[in-house]
Amino acid sequence: MSNATAWADDDVVEFVSLTSGGQAFCVEIAHVREIRRWSEVTSLPHASPSVLGVINLRGAVIPIVDLSLCLGLGPSPSHARNVVIVASVNSRIFGILVGSVSEILSIRRDEVRKNPTQMKENEPNYITGLLTVGDGEMLRILDLTELVIQGPERG
Amino acid sequence: MSMESLLETFFAECEELIEALSDGLGRLAAGESGDDLVNAIFRAVHSIKGAGGAFGFEDLVSFAHVYETVLDRIRGCLLAIDAEVLRVITRAADVLAELVENAQNEGSGTPSALAQVRSALEGYAGVAPAAPLHEPSLDFAPMAFEPISFDLDTPESGGRWRFVPDATFYRNGHEPLHIFSHLRAVGDLKVSCDFAEVPSLDGLDPDGSYLVWEIESSDLTEDVIQQTLQFLAGLYELSLVEDTVVIPDVEDQPSRPVSADTPAPAKTANATPASPRATLRVDPERVDRLINTVGELIINQSVIGQKVGGLGLEQNSELLSALEDYRYLAREIQEAVMSIRAQPVKPLFQRMARVVREAAEATGKDVEFVVTGEGTEIDKTLVERLADPLTHMLRNSVDHGIETVAGRAESGKTPVGTVRLSAFHRSGHVVIEISDDGKGLDREKILASAIGKGLVPEDARLSEQEIDNLLFMPGFSTAAEVTNLSGRGVGMDVVKTAITSMGGRVTIATEFGRGTTFSIILPLTLAVLDGMVVSVAEQTMVLPISGIVETIRPARKDVKSVGPQEDVILVRGSFVPVVALGKALGFASPHQSDPTYILVETESSGILALSVDGIWDQRQVVIKSLEGNYGNIPGVSAATILGDGKIALIVDIEAIAQLAASTGSGPCLSEQGIVA
Repeated sequence: MSNATAWADDDVVEFVSLTSGGQAFCVEIAHVREIRRWSEVTSLPHASPSVLGVINLRGAVIPIVDLSLCLGLGPSPSHARNVVIVASVNSRIFGILVGSVSEILSIRRDEVRKNPTQMKENEPNYITGLLTVGDGEMLRILDLTELVIQGPERG
Repeated sequence: MSMESLLETFFAECEELIEALSDGLGRLAAGESGDDLVNAIFRAVHSIKGAGGAFGFEDLVSFAHVYETVLDRIRGCLLAIDAEVLRVITRAADVLAELVENAQNEGSGTPSALAQVRSALEGYAGVAPAAPLHEPSLDFAPMAFEPISFDLDTPESGGRWRFVPDATFYRNGHEPLHIFSHLRAVGDLKVSCDFAEVPSLDGLDPDGSYLVWEIESSDLTEDVIQQTLQFLAGLYELSLVEDTVVIPDVEDQPSRPVSADTPAPAKTANATPASPRATLRVDPERVDRLINTVGELIINQSVIGQKVGGLGLEQNSELLSALEDYRYLAREIQEAVMSIRAQPVKPLFQRMARVVREAAEATGKDVEFVVTGEGTEIDKTLVERLADPLTHMLRNSVDHGIETVAGRAESGKTPVGTVRLSAFHRSGHVVIEISDDGKGLDREKILASAIGKGLVPEDARLSEQEIDNLLFMPGFSTAAEVTNLSGRGVGMDVVKTAITSMGGRVTIATEFGRGTTFSIILPLTLAVLDGMVVSVAEQTMVLPISGIVETIRPARKDVKSVGPQEDVILVRGSFVPVVALGKALGFASPHQSDPTYILVETESSGILALSVDGIWDQRQVVIKSLEGNYGNIPGVSAATILGDGKIALIVDIEAIAQLAASTGSGPCLSEQGIVA
């Protein structure tokens, strides 16, 4: 499901924190290849609504997904601060449109809380864990594999 | 080097050797002769045998051995090449190639012709294996006589000595290797080392001298050796072992006939590679990476070109001329890189020669196979993917096209049928033609068969071309009974699918009683596509030129409504169904005020008119796969990057026709008989 099981307790894991649909999330930095400004996409026929289209990333054709739509938080409003996180998961490269990216967090593995809404061990869930930062704000860790690659195909 | 990579090298070499072998045999068949030619053929077989032995391919080795024996007899002028011998050694090359393939695919099957060809070869090799061993040595003896007569004049010349250096020899820093190369400069020399006196490790004196060398020479005398080594005087002992003249080893005289049972000398003969062509083996992935990057360079170049063009510089500005140079260089690099992947079709055609021979053998027909344009280069991946379709088509030509000898006599033709395979470039495409001078397509029979199989309704009226194209329909086969060559009805539609998937198409030209020509028209490469850039529903898209018949802007009155959603256009007297491209792709299409129509040819629905908003350009585009990062999109085959850096999707015309048919907005030709 995710690489989380491979972590040892005292490993330090880095996350990129972001906002999408006005809410705070984070993704593991190992999956992030680069962060770039929004650029015009070419729409794809017969694509799910959350797939905005494809862009040219130095010669590679990569799809762009609206994270907010994926999470069921409605379409991202177009905003100057919108950014695209280019992620690479299972050798697939895609971009996710997010509201903003704020910082990189270094978190010890044992500080990552389990997602209490995930009842069964093997039930698919795109939130693999929870983090608390600074003033008690909660960040949800997104599993991009689950959310972007498997999610839309499952319908 | 791992065993696997060694094997890989072995098979790559075998491929080259088999190519050289077929090449040589082809030249023999064409009437050429000469020692070099026969030697080249012999060497090819011998090298395969040698290397095959190292990997333990026993079937291969034992067959190659018999084959080699026959070739050796030819080489030694003990066997004259007549038509029958030529036929057998050519068939043997086929069997050998098949054995190599079997070894490569780890298949255990035995080539069907193996036993037959083998016994034919054994017939030529002489019944008992001893015979070929014996005869060449008879030939060999008089040659060896010459040095003997020489020996009588200068008795000391030649012999075998033991060379025993003492410990001081080593202490003074002498090195036996240098000594022998010194001697070799004076005369012929063969050296072997005797380890017998080397003690076990506990008794070994590190400064001691234990090694004894035996040196053998045909022309050195003891005096000469002593003289040459006088700077070593007292440091070694030289004792004569044998006074007899040592016959110079056959190695040194490769032109002399060599018995096939002494593999060592012949091995040396093939140490000089037969092919003067130097080739470089490169991992195709590296080349692909290079091609991709160069594709980017081309795109980047046109982006810069557009940006600079927008600056409104003067025509003769230095920047523009520098940019022009850049453009030129970038194209040059692209062409050069593309040509790395290009490969002549020759090896493919040689394999096809085998296919034809086997098919002719199996059907008992007399077929001459003529190949032209084997130097024509096409993309390497295409070469590989063409093998199966060509095999099918050639077998068909022999099996269905060419008549039996009796049949040919009846229609007043020469008894030998001709199957021609040719390749050439035509306007940016590669054309491969397979033609036979056989009986041609019998359209009545084809139609009747298609009707009988329920592929076509009984009352269908098809044009000649449509009847010919029935051959490519799944499940179609006219052969009354299934032969072991063709006639299973899986051939031609598979051929068509394979070729379409390469971006090519197949056409048929036939004349009843005179023969049939199949033409395969392929793009030069898979990485680049000729496309028409169009705009559809505010999107820029690319249609592959290969599918486009023509573009039209019909008069308004020629566009007629058939149903609420269905239009047809009257084009030169026939109605062509209209498919709105934007709609078929699921784009909400704004009302098209003045659409342009592009007539395209499809497999499933015949001619269609795609309506688009405008046509912008016709250009080569670099194909970018969508599947890696996104997935398959119905109606879209790939994407490309345009001059402005934006992505345009490449339309899959065939899929569009099917999409349109399934959504009901498009054509339905069922009344005509050819249905999606």
